[in-house]
Amino acid sequence: MTSAITVSGLRKSFGGKVVLDGIDLEVSAGTTFSLLGPNGAGKTTTVQIMSTLVHADGGDVCVAGHDVAREPAAVRAVIGVTGQFSAVDNLLTGEENLLLMADLHHLGRADGRRRAAALLEQFGLAEAAGKTVATYSGGMRRRLDLAMTLIGDPRIIFLDEPTTGLDPRSRRMMWQTIRQLVAGGVTIFLTTQQLDEADQLADQIAVLDHGTVVAAGSPEELKRSIPGGHARLRFADAAGLGAAERALGGGAFRHDDTLTLEVPCDGGATSVRDLLNRLGDTAAGISEMSVHTADLDDVFFALTGHPTAGAPAEATAEMENA
Amino acid sequence: MTTLTLAARDSATMTRRSFRHLLRYPATLVTAVLVPVLLLLLFIGVFGGALRAGIGAASYIGYLVPGIIVMTVAYGCQATTLAVNRDSSEGIIARFRTMAISPASVLNGHVAGALARTLVSVALVIGVAIGLGFRPTAGAGRWLAAVGVIALLALALTWLAVAFGLAAKAAEGTTGFLLIVQLLPFISSAFVPPGQMSGPVQWFAEHQPFTPVIDTLRGLLTGTPSGGTAVAAVAWCAGLALAGYLWARVLFRRDLNR
Repeated sequence: MTSAITVSGLRKSFGGKVVLDGIDLEVSAGTTFSLLGPNGAGKTTTVQIMSTLVHADGGDVCVAGHDVAREPAAVRAVIGVTGQFSAVDNLLTGEENLLLMADLHHLGRADGRRRAAALLEQFGLAEAAGKTVATYSGGMRRRLDLAMTLIGDPRIIFLDEPTTGLDPRSRRMMWQTIRQLVAGGVTIFLTTQQLDEADQLADQIAVLDHGTVVAAGSPEELKRSIPGGHARLRFADAAGLGAAERALGGGAFRHDDTLTLEVPCDGGATSVRDLLNRLGDTAAGISEMSVHTADLDDVFFALTGHPTAGAPAEATAEMENA
Repeated sequence: MTTLTLAARDSATMTRRSFRHLLRYPATLVTAVLVPVLLLLLFIGVFGGALRAGIGAASYIGYLVPGIIVMTVAYGCQATTLAVNRDSSEGIIARFRTMAISPASVLNGHVAGALARTLVSVALVIGVAIGLGFRPTAGAGRWLAAVGVIALLALALTWLAVAFGLAAKAAEGTTGFLLIVQLLPFISSAFVPPGQMSGPVQWFAEHQPFTPVIDTLRGLLTGTPSGGTAVAAVAWCAGLALAGYLWARVLFRRDLNR
C-alpha cells in the first residue's frame, strides 16, 4: 500500500517550549489515521505543519510524495483542511461560502454551482443556504466548513478535532461522512482526544503525549498491548455472588450494588473454561456473563499515566476499574 | 495556468468577496462617510466664520474640503483593518493559506475592495461639500490628478491598515493605529495653515505626511499655490504604501502560532 503521508523526526518548538519532540508517522493512502492525545499534546501543530501553515524546526514531512517545506504549492493542491474552529466567512451565506471555494478551486461556474448545491443537500444545509453564516449554529458551521473542504475534491483531508463541541447527532453524521470519504478512496488524517472516536474510525492510531508518539498501531493492537481484560459475572442474588467469590478464593473484584464480580480474564476460550471450572457449581448462580477486552481508555492511561484530556482527576479510579 | 493569470483570477475572486461584503453591509460605507460629513458641517457651521477671517481665505469651505477628503480616506482604514483582522482571527486566512491559490490574492482582494469603498466614500463626501457650497476650479486634467493623489493616499493607508489588521491578535489591537491615522490630520494643514501654529506643533504639521497631500489636493482642486508639495506627497504615499505592503507580506507568510 502506498503512503499518503510520511513523517520522520519531526520537531517543533515555540519560544523555547518543545511541542513536537521527534515524531514519526506513516499513513497509508485510502485509510483513516488518528492522532490521539490530550490537549497540548501537539496534535494541532502536527496538522499545521502537514498543511503548510507552520514550518518545522527539523525532520521531514512528505504529503502525497511532496515535501511540505520545499513544495508547499504541490501539497496544497491535494489536501483539504478542516480545523478545530470553523474557518468560514460569517458575512456571506452558506451557498456563497461554497461558491467562493469553488471559484478558488477554479471550477467552472456551472460545475461550481452544481457541486455547491449537492454539498448543501448532503450536509443538510440546503434550507439555510441563503442565510448568512453568522446565523448558523455551531454544528451547521462545522458542517459548512467540511463541505467547503470537500468542494475541491481533496485526496488527503486533515480533520483537526472535527467533532469537538458537536452534539451526538452531528457527531454521528460527521463519522458517517468520514467513512463515506474513506470508502471513496480519500485518506483521512484525524486528530481527536476522544478515544471512542479513534476506535470507531481509525485504521491506525498514534498516541501523542507531550510531543512524542508513545504508541502506534491498529486499535486492536493497542488494546492487546496492555493487560486489563476481564470477565464480568452478574448474579441473581447476593447469596450467589458470595458463593462464587468464595469459590474463586480471591482475585475477583466485587461490586455489591450491581451484584457483579470482575475477574481478570484475557477473553480466550481456555481462560473462560478455567474460570468456569474454578467457579464449579456456583456458576449456576450467574445470570449474565460478559468478557471485556481493554478499551482505549485503559490503553491511554497505561501509556501516559494520566487519563485523557477533559477527564477530571477523580475519573482515574473509575477508569482503572472499568 | 501561469503564476500571473492565477494571481489575477484569484485576486478577482477575492475582490468579489470584498464587494459582496460591502453590498451586504452598506452601513460600512455610511460609517466611513458620516464622520467626515459631520466634521465638514462642524467646521463650516461652527468655526467657519472665525477661521475664514483667521486664515484670510476667500471661502473657508474651499480651504477645508481637501483636508476633509484626506480624513475620509483615513476613516476608511477602520473598516479595512477590522475586516483583515476578522479574517485573520476567525481562521479563514489560515484556510486560504492551505489552498492552492495565489497567496497574494487574499490581501489583494482586501486592498482592491478597500480602495473602491474609499473612493466611493470620497465621492459622496465631495458631493455633500459641493451641496454646501464647495466650488472647485479644477478642469478635467486637474480632477484626474486629484483622483490619482487620493487613490495613492488610499493605497498607502490601506496597505498599512492591512498590515496592522494582520499584526493585531484581536480587533482591540488595531485601535492604536486607527487613532493615529484619524488624529494626524488634525495636526496638519487640514483646518488651519501650519504657519499659524505654535513652535513644535508647527514643525510637526509641516513635516508630517498628510500636509503635503492636503496641500497638493488643495492646489489641484482650488488652484491655490501648492508650492511644489506634489513630489513630497507622492513620495510619502509611495513610501508608506511600499512599507505597508512589505510588512503585510511578511505578516501574512509568517507561521500561524507565535
